[in-house]
Amino acid sequence: MSIIVKNLGHVYHPGTPLETRSLCDISFELERGTWLSVAGHTGSGKSTLGQHLNGIIAPMEGTVTVDGMAVKEKGPDLREIRARVGLVFQYPEQQLFAETVYEEIAFAPRNWGTPEEEIDARVKEAARAAGLDESRLTRSPFQLSGGEKRKVAIASVLSSKPDYLVLDEPTAGLDSFSRRELADLLAGLKEGGMGIVLITHDLDIALSRSDAVLVLDGGREAALGTPAEVLARLEENPVPGLRLPDVAALSLLLRQRGRKAPVTWDWRELKNALFRSSK
Amino acid sequence: MKFFNHMTFGQYVPAESPVHGLDPRCKILVVLVILTGIFMAKHPAVFAAWGVLLAGLTLAARLPTKLVLGSAKPVLILALFTASIHIFFTKGEPLFSLGIINITSEGLVLALYMGLRLIFLVLFASFLTLTTRPMELADGLERLFSPFARFGFPAHELAMMMTIALRFIPTLLDETDRIMKAQLARGASFDRGGLWKRLKAFIPVLIPLFVIVFQRAEDLAVAMEARNYRGGAGRTRMNPLRWRGADTAALILVPLAVFILVYADRSLA
Repeated sequence: MSIIVKNLGHVYHPGTPLETRSLCDISFELERGTWLSVAGHTGSGKSTLGQHLNGIIAPMEGTVTVDGMAVKEKGPDLREIRARVGLVFQYPEQQLFAETVYEEIAFAPRNWGTPEEEIDARVKEAARAAGLDESRLTRSPFQLSGGEKRKVAIASVLSSKPDYLVLDEPTAGLDSFSRRELADLLAGLKEGGMGIVLITHDLDIALSRSDAVLVLDGGREAALGTPAEVLARLEENPVPGLRLPDVAALSLLLRQRGRKAPVTWDWRELKNALFRSSK
Repeated sequence: MKFFNHMTFGQYVPAESPVHGLDPRCKILVVLVILTGIFMAKHPAVFAAWGVLLAGLTLAARLPTKLVLGSAKPVLILALFTASIHIFFTKGEPLFSLGIINITSEGLVLALYMGLRLIFLVLFASFLTLTTRPMELADGLERLFSPFARFGFPAHELAMMMTIALRFIPTLLDETDRIMKAQLARGASFDRGGLWKRLKAFIPVLIPLFVIVFQRAEDLAVAMEARNYRGGAGRTRMNPLRWRGADTAALILVPLAVFILVYADRSLA
């Protein structure tokens, strides 16, 4: 059970003066229970890639297959694919519309035809998973704080119990505490067997939390592999506009100055290595 | 899936051409004259002449023919509707009748002319927006209206409103697109069920859109105040409009051509 992307390519406005290529020859596989991060700077094609994974955009070149079902412009499988792959858009709090948080979270399962008696349990479970207090369910989503709105938006996707969850820049505009909280939430979902795709320009979270990282540059694959492999690759061939995590950049600088320092993003590892070498 | 293509017909297409280079004031006036001329067209030869003029203008503006013709798409239904009304409701020698329905040859001719006139109107008018940046257009209108400002006509305010509205059309289309996609991902469907169900499906799109529009309007008002915007008096322009010889030439030659066409039409008929 996995999402398989093969030689995916995408061009916006083909055949017009505004023609732009946003993806070129992208391939990877995501299994349930694993976490892939897609990193890249603005305009690298990462959002376009994310929208392919549940058929919001149909592939122009190459294929996307979800649990054996091919993503196409139209087809009997499209709704099933969208139900299996949850997609949290950038600034998802801007999609809120319902009168209460409860209704907002119940929107997706109702659309997918979940029986009414099951919806109550789904809503409460999703709210809990997203870290929302149950007292919020009766409030209007427009009265909540920015951070809480985002939790509502994420809960409103979780309530349809997807097998895969794609998140587009979910940490944008959040403080460091909320960022870590969100990363913990995703790690928990992954342990529960969900496949996670985190789209981000924050290499720190991408490297430290995921099982695999795909780095995009101008719609092309700049690096793909385990976090350690990807970091090594990025140190050799930096991608413009994509900053190394502070710890990794420091470690690289020390190595360039002739010190023994590991290729890492983890400050503890760097600290231990430095202490060992200074003894 | 893209609900709103960014290449909407009639939208400015950048190119280096004599038509693009004309002053917006000149283009607005010339288009007005052309539209008046088309309204008066009656003879087939004159319609043909307008068609030749259209082709020439497309070449001069260095625009793809498909793009120019595409701008008539939105009025095609209106043109067909108008034409069919003329087919069915024009009195004259019946060519064909079925019960109470009479189709006359006069009706057919009138229908064809009416449809052609509408399509020509839109095609020529679209040149204005295809070859002029929205901001230039607003500037041009402001300058054309400015003589009326002394009678209390809010020329600058209207132009500013138009500029802002035009500026936000693509942004709001983008936002709408994004919200629709987000609701699709949550299982909404905009193309299933009856009319009522489809209309209701747009509530989850419209409410967030309204919220965003009001937020943007407020942000923009604050940003303008922060930069001390206080209306038109004494403001200079970043790109001042410049009237060149070509503009004067266009403003003389085009009305002359239109006059000849209208005159030819009268004398042929």
